[in-house]
Amino acid sequence: MSKYDKLVQNAAGRVVPQIINGSDAIAFQGVGKYHPTGRKYAPPIATCADYPADGNKIVAGIKEALVRSGIRDGMAISTHHHFRNGDLVAQQVFDAAAELGIKGLIWVPSASFECHAPLIKYLEDGTIHHIEGSMNGALGKFTSEGKMQGLGVLRSHGGRYQAIQDGDVHIDITVIAAPTADCFGNATGDRGPAACGLLGFALADSQYADRVIVVTDNLVPFPCVPWQIHGNYVDFVVQLDKIGIPEKIVSGTTEITKSPDRLLLAEWTAQFCDEAGIVQDGFSFQAGAGGTALSIGIYFAEMCRQRGIKARFARGGSNKYLVKMLEEGLLDYILDGQTFDLDGVRSMRENSNHLNTSPFTSYNYHGKGNFAQFVDVVILGATEVDVNFNANVVTHSDGYLLHGIGGWMNCLFSKCVILPVPLFRDRMPVIRDKVTTICGPGELIDVIVTERGIAINPLRTDLIEKMKGSSLPIKTIEELKHEAEKICGKPAGPYVTDEPVAVIKWVDGTVIDTVWRVDKR
Amino acid sequence: MEFNVLTAVTAGNKGKGVRSDCHVTLELTSAGGKEIAIESKVQVMYGDDIRRQAVEMLDYFKIEHVKMLIEDSGALPYVLAARIEAAVKMAKSETIEYLCPLLPENIYHTSRDKNRFSRLYLPGNTPSLAINAGIHKPDGIILDLEDAVAPARKFEAKFLVRNTLRSIDFYGAERMVRINQVPAGLSDLDFVVPHQVNLILVPKCESAEQIRLVNEKISEIKARTGASQPIWLMPIIESAMGVLKALEIAQSENVVALAIGLEDYTADLGVKRTQEGTESFFARSMVVNACKAAGIQAIDSVYSDVANMEGLKDNVLRSKALGFDGMGCIHPRQIRVIHENFAPDADEIEKAKKIVNAFIEAGEKGLGVVSLGTKMIDQPVVKRAQKVIDLAVNLGKLPTGWREEFLANQFAK
Repeated sequence: MSKYDKLVQNAAGRVVPQIINGSDAIAFQGVGKYHPTGRKYAPPIATCADYPADGNKIVAGIKEALVRSGIRDGMAISTHHHFRNGDLVAQQVFDAAAELGIKGLIWVPSASFECHAPLIKYLEDGTIHHIEGSMNGALGKFTSEGKMQGLGVLRSHGGRYQAIQDGDVHIDITVIAAPTADCFGNATGDRGPAACGLLGFALADSQYADRVIVVTDNLVPFPCVPWQIHGNYVDFVVQLDKIGIPEKIVSGTTEITKSPDRLLLAEWTAQFCDEAGIVQDGFSFQAGAGGTALSIGIYFAEMCRQRGIKARFARGGSNKYLVKMLEEGLLDYILDGQTFDLDGVRSMRENSNHLNTSPFTSYNYHGKGNFAQFVDVVILGATEVDVNFNANVVTHSDGYLLHGIGGWMNCLFSKCVILPVPLFRDRMPVIRDKVTTICGPGELIDVIVTERGIAINPLRTDLIEKMKGSSLPIKTIEELKHEAEKICGKPAGPYVTDEPVAVIKWVDGTVIDTVWRVDKR
Repeated sequence: MEFNVLTAVTAGNKGKGVRSDCHVTLELTSAGGKEIAIESKVQVMYGDDIRRQAVEMLDYFKIEHVKMLIEDSGALPYVLAARIEAAVKMAKSETIEYLCPLLPENIYHTSRDKNRFSRLYLPGNTPSLAINAGIHKPDGIILDLEDAVAPARKFEAKFLVRNTLRSIDFYGAERMVRINQVPAGLSDLDFVVPHQVNLILVPKCESAEQIRLVNEKISEIKARTGASQPIWLMPIIESAMGVLKALEIAQSENVVALAIGLEDYTADLGVKRTQEGTESFFARSMVVNACKAAGIQAIDSVYSDVANMEGLKDNVLRSKALGFDGMGCIHPRQIRVIHENFAPDADEIEKAKKIVNAFIEAGEKGLGVVSLGTKMIDQPVVKRAQKVIDLAVNLGKLPTGWREEFLANQFAK
């Protein structure tokens, strides 16, 4: 099987492979250009005759569930990140696979975290062949140094749903960690000792995987409600003592920043939205999980309070700040894709205006529209932005892959995309001539807010017009780049080889860029 | 890289939480040329640059044989330069200075009576806090060589403060340095006077004589280096003696403001510093009165609970009511609260407009007496109102042509 082949330059000007891990891939053709044909992928037909008549699907452990699911070499096994850095399940799945002597697996996580670094040993011993999902931190470093057998594939949350639905990724076995479940396999994330909110990231897997295993540490008698995951999709249920570490499930990035520089970015971003006419009665917004983005929500809340207006909906990442807006009547609905703290979990349980969403409803590009498209403003981060407004969220300027895409790519379709970023981090300029890796084409990115000036994409003549006469420091992106280089010096590198180690899939499944093996000098 | 612990010297900071700084270990050797090791967070992007800069500096100081380890957490070139120079000067006696280019944007003067609502204290030896200080728009930025720098780090801090003055754009904020207590602090002046400082804070000041020494030393350095910009002084009153000598200090040459430091003052009195500040009421009033008598500004102490914005606001309003013209701050988030609450509020501005207008109208009509409605207005009231108007115009709270609008509104009524 060829790790990669048929390199070609795509519409973003990047060289990408058209053979990935032995299968055909399509190079990025431009935003909205690729129109798939054919029908969606379908899982095999099951029959009740093969399942326990009393609905009790409990088996003794993860290993037994894997064996009864028919695990064998080369299969794709998926897990999910709703426990974020507190996940205890993925590792046990691959421990079991390794004990069974299985080789060449493809791990398809919805995202990876630092807690998954121990899986490196299975990449080294061949239990796992490659990862399709995200490669964060230590896994990213391992990948960047060319140590993974296969080619890594990075997808956005929406892209993952698209890939599973379209059959680009065929999942043999999925293991869904469930904070509460019944013996039939109905499962929910909004209660139980490892409560995490919702299980939306596992929706596609439950619908399309050949075999579905639910793992829980809080088994309740049938029915488990709400049934975020339907037991009718589930093959086996496994009961464990502990499936997650609650304090790590609620991640630390959901506190408001105390950094004065970041607060300034948040304040300017909010002021920009206001002056651009975005903050008005009935508006909608989405803010990422980072401290800067969270703080913007606070400013929006204050504006709503002062003017007696309210937002119609906010897309989450929900957290206590959004919940407070909802409860204070400054916001009609939270459309939650991922719950960041216990206030979010509580609100989801108790407030009927705090709604569950999934990558299918929010982000899937191969559907009949999605929610992310009609959000008025979305506020996101980036590791780098270039003078053409292209942005990177996966690699650093030294070429190392360190982060996943998350929902970032899918959010770019909202009506206004703002990236508040520092002009430089320590000595690393964030605004570059060319981003190391393109994750978002510049035509979709509207505004860059830095502590030394705000650049508006020249394509957004409407915004440029509205901001004339603003007291905010509006500059061109080139001016910002020069300012960064004046302070930091012109950066060298990155130094990379011509050997691909991972690819970045665009929202439609085409390949937008390649991550190359770093050249260790 | 192995160093001889007896002869190796170190400068700068490293370790968890350290950002935009570097740590230099240096040992002069007798043979072997320049052995330089670099461990940098930005190795790929700037490793070669850092090495080039290190070699250039060692050549400049005529050092041929050396072992040097640079552990870098993303330091900007001016920080690297300060750390390397400090290490070189710890290792050998050397008088020449390695000066980074002076940013043209950093050449500006400030006036005696410039607005000084807020001045942001920055520890002089912590580069990460200085780089972005100016974007928060304080009226002044203080690079502190005194209490915010540990005694063992005072030497290296001077190089960093000097380089910061030359290389970091404070975007128009008044460029201030707090030197160490006189007489020891006089030697700090060599590192700041020639490098576009606008104002020197003289801590724990207790006499006009101390100010005379500072002025004398500044004149001497100016004569020697050709530095010509005005350098104002802001003595800090921090003791019972200082309070009692406030007037003579306030009347000293180049002094544009007195600040009060209440931590040291309350310690000197042997009392606890309270939220209400009853214990410092006399000292604050003395300082305000000395300043007003000398025609200079009175600046209040810092408010140290950075999370408590309501408490800060109350503090500012009390301070303003006592006659202070500004106060120190220790976190950029305090700046806005200080500015908003020291600035004249809408009521004050409205009242001042009426008074100033009445004064102008009286002049136009050739009347000797200014009156508003049935009330006569005294001259000092007019003067204060004019000051409020000037300040409001200065702060952008009132357009320069406010009077046309005012008259049009009057007419409309």
